[in-house]
Amino acid sequence: MDIKVLGTGCANCKNTVNLIEQVANAQGVAVQLEKVEDIRAIMGYGVMSTPGVVINGKVVHAGGVPSRDKIEQWLSA
Amino acid sequence: MNAHMLTLTSWPTRKPAAFLLLASLLWWLLYQTLVPVSEALVTWLPVPRDSHLGGALQFFFYDAPKVLMLLGAVVFVMGMVNSYFTPERTRALLAGRTEGMANAMAALLGIVTPFCSCSAVPLFIGFVQAGVPLGVTFSFLISAPMVNEVALTLLFGLFGWKVALLYLAMGLGIAMVAGWVIGRLKLEAHLEDWVREMPRMSAQFEDAGCTLADRVQAGFAAVRSIVGKVWPYILGGIALGALIHGYVPEDFMASFMGREAWWSVPLAVLIGVPMYTNAAGVIPIVQALLAKGAALGTVLAFMMSVIALSLPEMIILRKVLKLRLIATFVAVVASGILLVGFVFNAVL
Repeated sequence: MDIKVLGTGCANCKNTVNLIEQVANAQGVAVQLEKVEDIRAIMGYGVMSTPGVVINGKVVHAGGVPSRDKIEQWLSA
Repeated sequence: MNAHMLTLTSWPTRKPAAFLLLASLLWWLLYQTLVPVSEALVTWLPVPRDSHLGGALQFFFYDAPKVLMLLGAVVFVMGMVNSYFTPERTRALLAGRTEGMANAMAALLGIVTPFCSCSAVPLFIGFVQAGVPLGVTFSFLISAPMVNEVALTLLFGLFGWKVALLYLAMGLGIAMVAGWVIGRLKLEAHLEDWVREMPRMSAQFEDAGCTLADRVQAGFAAVRSIVGKVWPYILGGIALGALIHGYVPEDFMASFMGREAWWSVPLAVLIGVPMYTNAAGVIPIVQALLAKGAALGTVLAFMMSVIALSLPEMIILRKVLKLRLIATFVAVVASGILLVGFVFNAVL
């Protein structure tokens, strides 16, 4: 599973990355986690509020740290 | 045990309407008990009520829970309201409008749209890309951080509704007028080239369909992240307020920040711009200044320049704006704040 976290490097973006890592480890799902900090690349996804989460090329979340429940749903899908 | 915990923590989202009703009732009842409880607490302590310390303690025991309760309630409600106004919906409301009315709308939407300064740049580009006029985008960007529920609640809780209302009106006024002026100046050429070359996007959005339970959850999340972050500043501010309540001479500040000293307003703005903190962080300073005889216009000008204009935000915005546009932005907003400070010192 290819996951990208979009964000210019604020605290919430780091928290998002950490949380996804935690959940992936807990569920034993192999993920490729990448942080996208370049503003042009972020805008390319059409996201206006960060952090945003992109899974396999599709924006699933924007504007805030996603809840643990949400992440669990993405990873088990 | 675990199943018990689960039912206890999840019932607000299963019965959101009942929860909201019950919670507001409880909140109101608790709020009514604040004065008697704080008085009782001070009488119970071995300190005479009419001493300096007794006065300071009563002030603290009353103000601290009052402000925290107000803030918790307002942030919760705003968390729910915010879920109606996603940045995408706000953008769709503003896209393609002509300036004037749209500046007013953008300033008002700035209050209710969730905004974090680290999202300022993506938001800015997203707005411009979808055809929101530059001046209208600025109205939004000025109002969103400056006129926010935390600042207004703290002003209301500590200094009364008149000061809060003044701040609200002044903040909206500056955001509208400054955005309009920037729009008149036709500075589109001073966006960074890559921003102007980005493909235009439509402002359409899909409504994710939010239930009342989702909104209650959003309210909880807002309280956790905002109140969880700002409470130490608030307690610090109130403690400071309580201390100077009794101990520092009354017009300590009046000589150099009173209304006679005309230069105090520009000085306050000059000091405020490079400072960077949120509304909660600046409140202790405001508290201290006001209590000691600094003029209201000067203090509000200081608070606005700290929150609305900050060096880190300029550095982030530099990625999308050329220097001249940033300089114009700062100059226009700072003049607005100056004007407001002068007018208030003259009128009040």
